[in-house]
Amino acid sequence: MSKNVNKNEPLFQVEDLCQYFHIAKGKTLKAVDHVNFTIYKGETLGLVGESGCGKSTTGRCLVKLYKPASGKISYKGKDIFSYNKEEEKAFRKNVQMIFQNPHSSLNPRMTVKDIVGAGMKLHGLATDKDVDAKVEAILKRVGLNRDHMSRFPHEFSGGQKQRIGIARALAVEPEFIICDEPISALDVSIQAQVLNMLKELQEELGLTYLFIAHDLSVVKYISDRVIVMYLGTMVEFADAEELYDNPLHPYTQVLLSSIPVADPKLVREKQRIMVKGEIPSPINPPDCCRFVERCPYATEACRKKLPPLREIKPGHFVACHMV
Amino acid sequence: MAKNILEIKNLEFSFHTYGGVVKSVRDVSFNVREGEILGIVGESGCGKSVTSQCILRLNPEPPGFFEGGSIKYKGEEITTKSDREMRKIRGVEIGFIFQDPMTSLNPTMTIGKQIEEIFVGRGGISKKEIKERALEILKLVGINEPERRYKQYPHELSGGMKQRVMIAIALVGKPSIIIADEPTTSLDVTIEAQILDLLKELREKMNTSIILITHDLGVIAKMCDRVLVMYGGKVAEKGTVEEIFYETAHPYTAGLIKSIATLDTSKDQKLVPIDGTPPDLFAPPKGCPFAARCEFAMEICYEAQPENYQLTKEHMCACWLQHEYAPKVDIMRRETKEVQQ
Amino acid sequence: MSENRVEITKDKFRIVGKNLEKMESITRPSLTFWQEAWRRIRGNRAAFISLILLIVYGLLAIFAPMFSKYGFDQQDAYAMSQSFSAAHWMGTDSLGRDLWVRVWMGARVSLTIGLLAAVLNTVIGTVLGGFCGYYGGKLDMIVMRIIDVIYGIPSLIVCILVMVVLGSGVQSLIIAMVIVGWTGTCRFTRGEVYRLKEQEFVLAARVMGEPVFTIIMREIVPNIMGLLITNLAMAIPSAIFQEAFLSYIGLGISPPQASWGVLAKEGTRMLKVAPHMLYVPAFFICTTVLALNQLGNGLRDAFDPRLRGTE
Repeated sequence: MSKNVNKNEPLFQVEDLCQYFHIAKGKTLKAVDHVNFTIYKGETLGLVGESGCGKSTTGRCLVKLYKPASGKISYKGKDIFSYNKEEEKAFRKNVQMIFQNPHSSLNPRMTVKDIVGAGMKLHGLATDKDVDAKVEAILKRVGLNRDHMSRFPHEFSGGQKQRIGIARALAVEPEFIICDEPISALDVSIQAQVLNMLKELQEELGLTYLFIAHDLSVVKYISDRVIVMYLGTMVEFADAEELYDNPLHPYTQVLLSSIPVADPKLVREKQRIMVKGEIPSPINPPDCCRFVERCPYATEACRKKLPPLREIKPGHFVACHMV
Repeated sequence: MAKNILEIKNLEFSFHTYGGVVKSVRDVSFNVREGEILGIVGESGCGKSVTSQCILRLNPEPPGFFEGGSIKYKGEEITTKSDREMRKIRGVEIGFIFQDPMTSLNPTMTIGKQIEEIFVGRGGISKKEIKERALEILKLVGINEPERRYKQYPHELSGGMKQRVMIAIALVGKPSIIIADEPTTSLDVTIEAQILDLLKELREKMNTSIILITHDLGVIAKMCDRVLVMYGGKVAEKGTVEEIFYETAHPYTAGLIKSIATLDTSKDQKLVPIDGTPPDLFAPPKGCPFAARCEFAMEICYEAQPENYQLTKEHMCACWLQHEYAPKVDIMRRETKEVQQ
Repeated sequence: MSENRVEITKDKFRIVGKNLEKMESITRPSLTFWQEAWRRIRGNRAAFISLILLIVYGLLAIFAPMFSKYGFDQQDAYAMSQSFSAAHWMGTDSLGRDLWVRVWMGARVSLTIGLLAAVLNTVIGTVLGGFCGYYGGKLDMIVMRIIDVIYGIPSLIVCILVMVVLGSGVQSLIIAMVIVGWTGTCRFTRGEVYRLKEQEFVLAARVMGEPVFTIIMREIVPNIMGLLITNLAMAIPSAIFQEAFLSYIGLGISPPQASWGVLAKEGTRMLKVAPHMLYVPAFFICTTVLALNQLGNGLRDAFDPRLRGTE
């Protein structure tokens, strides 16, 4: 890797995170179920999975938008739910988020200047006098200019709105940014613009990312390590190249073979691993492997116990009884 | 060679809006043959959805209106048909699958009822026959326990199931063409694979033609026989799927292919985005709509709209680079050097 | 397809590349929220006419009695129950009082009570609804049950009870109307705030560390402003009508003080003999309520963000 990933400096440590939502009597939606990982400074950790896998919920727990049902999340060694006022403020400056939907992530009643400048003023990075100049500098970095500062969100395209969202996050000079499906809602040619921008910014500013997405090709491209989630549980966790070259969990294999590749000869020759059935509901899930109903290799043992996440090869973790 | 069942020539469709007239479709021509899967690929605002909805006259008229051109289905002109005549075609001769199954099904009606609706107003079929046909189709699209599902409401079904129901509804009338507008965009990737396989299977079994509209080049590569690439309301390139991917002629198509990350893209490889944003359809540029974003744009591209150059029997490209005066360039090269004026 | 045939010469085939400056620029003028709303109201004929009408009524209510030679309770035994004439534009009532003056004095009372009650309802409803929507929990539960109770009892009975306890008069009338009327706005605001607080831009504000008060004032309130004003505009006619109704049945304003409801009551008594006494106040009540409803509809469309760019 040509990046500066410092394995001695963990930023986030997530231990046994569980987030449950009680929907009705006797019905618990287990959105996140026993998730463990560490994010090191300078890296990009990818979090991938289909609907209901809990990736967004996990991301939101990390920014304290949800209070987890159990488990511990530490930032730089300290539990993020045990902060005093100052620590809280520092956390809010250091950890930022980019949202999925460009059309609802900007306050329609505020100008671009106010949207980007609000955070700077709040964290003492700019005063009323110099906020104009500072906002202009940040906007320049994302490819917008002075004329855009007095405009309102609805006047911009989806790609531009997303860049404003990135500018807002960057304005407070964070260390860590959670990217929650930042490009899914954008056109294909614009997706590449935003992805490139995120990569460049990471190199320039030494940022650390948690990149949440459902598009595996994109996640592989931008991430150093990848976690695959299914129905709230982690099923596989490895370096990006390793995961795609040697997927060990049946679900990961299915996922990889389902992606339609933009190459007619390849995609028609490739043997697809078939999976039957629908994605089950995360409400009251069974206490065994969550993939058991659809897995082509399932056995009786898989229906009895939840498989633990084991390190099969160095750095490559899988939660499967059959591996 | 299979014959054409749909012929679209020089189609122009616009909308009256507060800000002026928006030219959504500006001179689009293509044919659809029996039993083929034709893909239409393009990004938001390129006019692909409006074009497909024109075929079934689904665009609201007013404020929409045909500025020119013709759409012929099995020899009959569509643009001049009355609403009553169109109702005989919609759902029966030509089916439509919408993008978002969550909002395309009526939440207050059972699945069965929604399928039966296709036959309302069409005489000659008994209620019993309708139900039988409906159950048969539900089985065909891979819905197990069709009798049970028949009585259920949309909210009791998952996203993938709902899309299967949409496909079933589109198939019930045994149409010759199905128009699928981004049918898998809102679905998870494993479900998407299942739905795409289903569409292919149906084409094999029933020889239905499919017009598949999407922005996903992977889906195009997997499914389509021929492809139409649209930009700024016009056809930029069209041809067989191999020609489009392996002998790309239009810089926009090349740009799309270069900008997507595939599983083979290595980390050190830079994705080549297409800079800029799609054109303003209120005041479309007088030259090629893609010129301002094209690294190979020439003076002539800004001044005049390119002609349609026929490269092979199927392969057409609307680009000045195909003119004999134009320099030879490699549009698939992966550099983003902006050539200074 | 090309209109002016451009000359195709070889020199035009030099590669010049992209031209991106025009891409990022936005050409259409930028309108603020209020400017956009005003533009739309102006375009909506019914709403605009209603607005003019209401302004005219308002001005007449203020100035007409001042410029009239008659006092509102000035009786004239020689001119009782007369219909429209040059001397008395809207005729006189059974005691010879000039109806034109009484209508506009009545307008002052009716419009003021209507406006005041509506504003109070909206303010109380919004503040409570805002807290319920944002915090939820126990406060929300208690307030919602109170609203359920209020909805369960016919509003007329509540008004009567309040008036009996507090005595009649403008003040108690307004209090009665407010007790009954805040519930609609409260429920509505609660729903809107609840929906808004899950929007990504509000989440972004929380992630930024914005204090709760700032979030409410900067993120939430401006985005419900339009709806609040529309609500207010729709609340006024029902308040006016309610006052008219209560005065009509004798619970509200009592003569010689005039309000439109009082005038209507007096007019009903004389319906067979001097029908204009009823028609005149009825006309004004109807046109005002209609105008306010049209304006309310117009405002709702004017503030609707979804209509932006679609006209």
